[in-house]
Amino acid sequence: MTATLRSLLRHETILAILLVLVLAALATQSDRFFTTANLLNQGRLMAEVGLVALVMTFVIVTGGIDLSVGSILGLTAILLGVFWHNLGLPLPVAMVLAIVAAGIGGLINGLIITRFKVPPLIATLATLALYRGLAEGISQARSVRGYPEWFFVLGQGEVLGVPTQLWILGALVVIAAVVLGLTTFGRATYATGANETGARFSGIGVDRTKLLIYTASGLVAGLAGVIFVSRVSTTRSDMGTGLELDVITAVVLGGTSIFGGRGTIIGTVLGLILMQALKNGLALSGVKGDGTIVVIGLVLILAIVASNLFSREGDG
Amino acid sequence: MMTASSPAVPRTAPAMRPMKRIAAYGQEFILLGAIVALFVVVSFVNPRFLGANNISNIFAGNAYIAVAAIGMSLVIISGHIDVAVGSLIGVLATISGTLAVNGYPIWLAWLVPVLVGIVVNAGVGALIAYLRIPSIVVTLGMLSILKGGLISVTAGAWITNLPADYLIAQFRLFGIPSPVWFMVILTALVAFWMRYSGFGRTIYAIGGNVEAARVAGIQVERSTVIVFAIHGAFAGIAAVLFATQLQVIQSTVPPNLELTVITASVVGGVSILGGTGTVIGSTLAAILFAAIASSLIFLNVSAYWLRSVQGLLILITVLADMARRRRLR
Repeated sequence: MTATLRSLLRHETILAILLVLVLAALATQSDRFFTTANLLNQGRLMAEVGLVALVMTFVIVTGGIDLSVGSILGLTAILLGVFWHNLGLPLPVAMVLAIVAAGIGGLINGLIITRFKVPPLIATLATLALYRGLAEGISQARSVRGYPEWFFVLGQGEVLGVPTQLWILGALVVIAAVVLGLTTFGRATYATGANETGARFSGIGVDRTKLLIYTASGLVAGLAGVIFVSRVSTTRSDMGTGLELDVITAVVLGGTSIFGGRGTIIGTVLGLILMQALKNGLALSGVKGDGTIVVIGLVLILAIVASNLFSREGDG
Repeated sequence: MMTASSPAVPRTAPAMRPMKRIAAYGQEFILLGAIVALFVVVSFVNPRFLGANNISNIFAGNAYIAVAAIGMSLVIISGHIDVAVGSLIGVLATISGTLAVNGYPIWLAWLVPVLVGIVVNAGVGALIAYLRIPSIVVTLGMLSILKGGLISVTAGAWITNLPADYLIAQFRLFGIPSPVWFMVILTALVAFWMRYSGFGRTIYAIGGNVEAARVAGIQVERSTVIVFAIHGAFAGIAAVLFATQLQVIQSTVPPNLELTVITASVVGGVSILGGTGTVIGSTLAAILFAAIASSLIFLNVSAYWLRSVQGLLILITVLADMARRRRLR
């Protein structure tokens, strides 16, 4: 156990050093990088991916994956618009209902995976299509605009000089770190991913653990969806397309093993910041969005190659 | 590898057990029945569904999806997945069209995409097999590399002025469009080869139980690379058929194509746990899905619902597959 802990800390130390180097390089490259305005804006931009990545860490630690998060985000955005604009519900009620719907989407993923023993990859690939399809079908490519001014506080406003969604992200980072690191639920999560059969025989509620985690994954994707709508002031059915790539890259970069059983929230946060710094650096040096996703794809593959070689060293 | 959670059900190669053989062919009869039923019902509601143009569109216009699904089926039978196939087809179609309009010999414009497909996917297969990276992660990374790279390079510019003798998908033989010939002949060849060749059995064995295959002396790593290379070749053929369908090539990734190809394979009876399935099923499923997409138009249902139908189809097939496995246990 202590050996595992040490190797985890080592990965995070390497990551932290790498992050400092990248930040230093960016600072020397562009004098616009280390301004408070830029850093806070980057924090705003990474909040949605960050929220989803926190729970994705739990998902991947159990040995699973959730490819449907981007579609759940899009569906939540559309439902928010429908509940508020078409059904005339008060906006706070619409927000809560949309997030609850996202949680149900996650719960359905969890039920397919635990009750029917469908591998998480294929279950969430199917719901990726299903939830995005529902978003497209319900919206019929119509967008909803004209939200009241107070709603934009969530995505565009600030509290004590810091973007609102960064507070939310910060609070959830603390909660996720405590739950994964210090509670019996966290231990059950690791045990499920390290050796599922063993965990079952030890009396751990493997299915219950997974069900809760996939539901939480849907809930945070929904919360991220509401924040997304507030940030860009409109709803569209293609919101969050490809979100799973950013989220999984941040988690894997953060040292969580794709085979389950290993990973920490601190690692995910470091991976997230590193990825956002990379995106920002590329943007500042004039690379367009399409060039950026090429780099993110490369980073994902390289990170996992590195972590595989690294962990084999540790084992051998 | 796709079963990161423990496989609760024992896995066996299909052709060896009569029960499984019936189950596997059952899927093909169900699909055939579904296609016939769909045609009867929709043409009853709207007779124009059976118009020559629409029939040609369903079969010839979607044959490239069936061709790509052949390669995808091999990949899934061997226990892996590829979510980058849509992006790869987009890139290969652009390469093919660029060669054709820049005065290179036509046969090169047809051949190069196939070769590039083989090389790229052999690389993907090598990462998966030798570095033991899950296929979902490698291909998710490849998806964004290929897609982002393509748009960065072409900026989505259309390729126009394609030479007439390059447009192979518009050729006809005995009055039947060439994509249909490609679809039927390739499906038959691969179905025969999967069933009777040693390597076909190897693919089933790897997907069925990789450790048992290793113990039986199968070179799992090399075979995985070959499976991905074959998949790349089929993606190349699909890309040429796709590129030559119209008079222009859009130089972008066809939206949602990877999901449509995976849907065809999975709904065609290729088990997502690996080890079972046939390419006849995947081709039938590709036709069924094309017919569903077309019938939405003729039934006056908004095309925006198509993707939910796709998701539901995958879910229902997968749940039925899991239930069938439990019964056969």
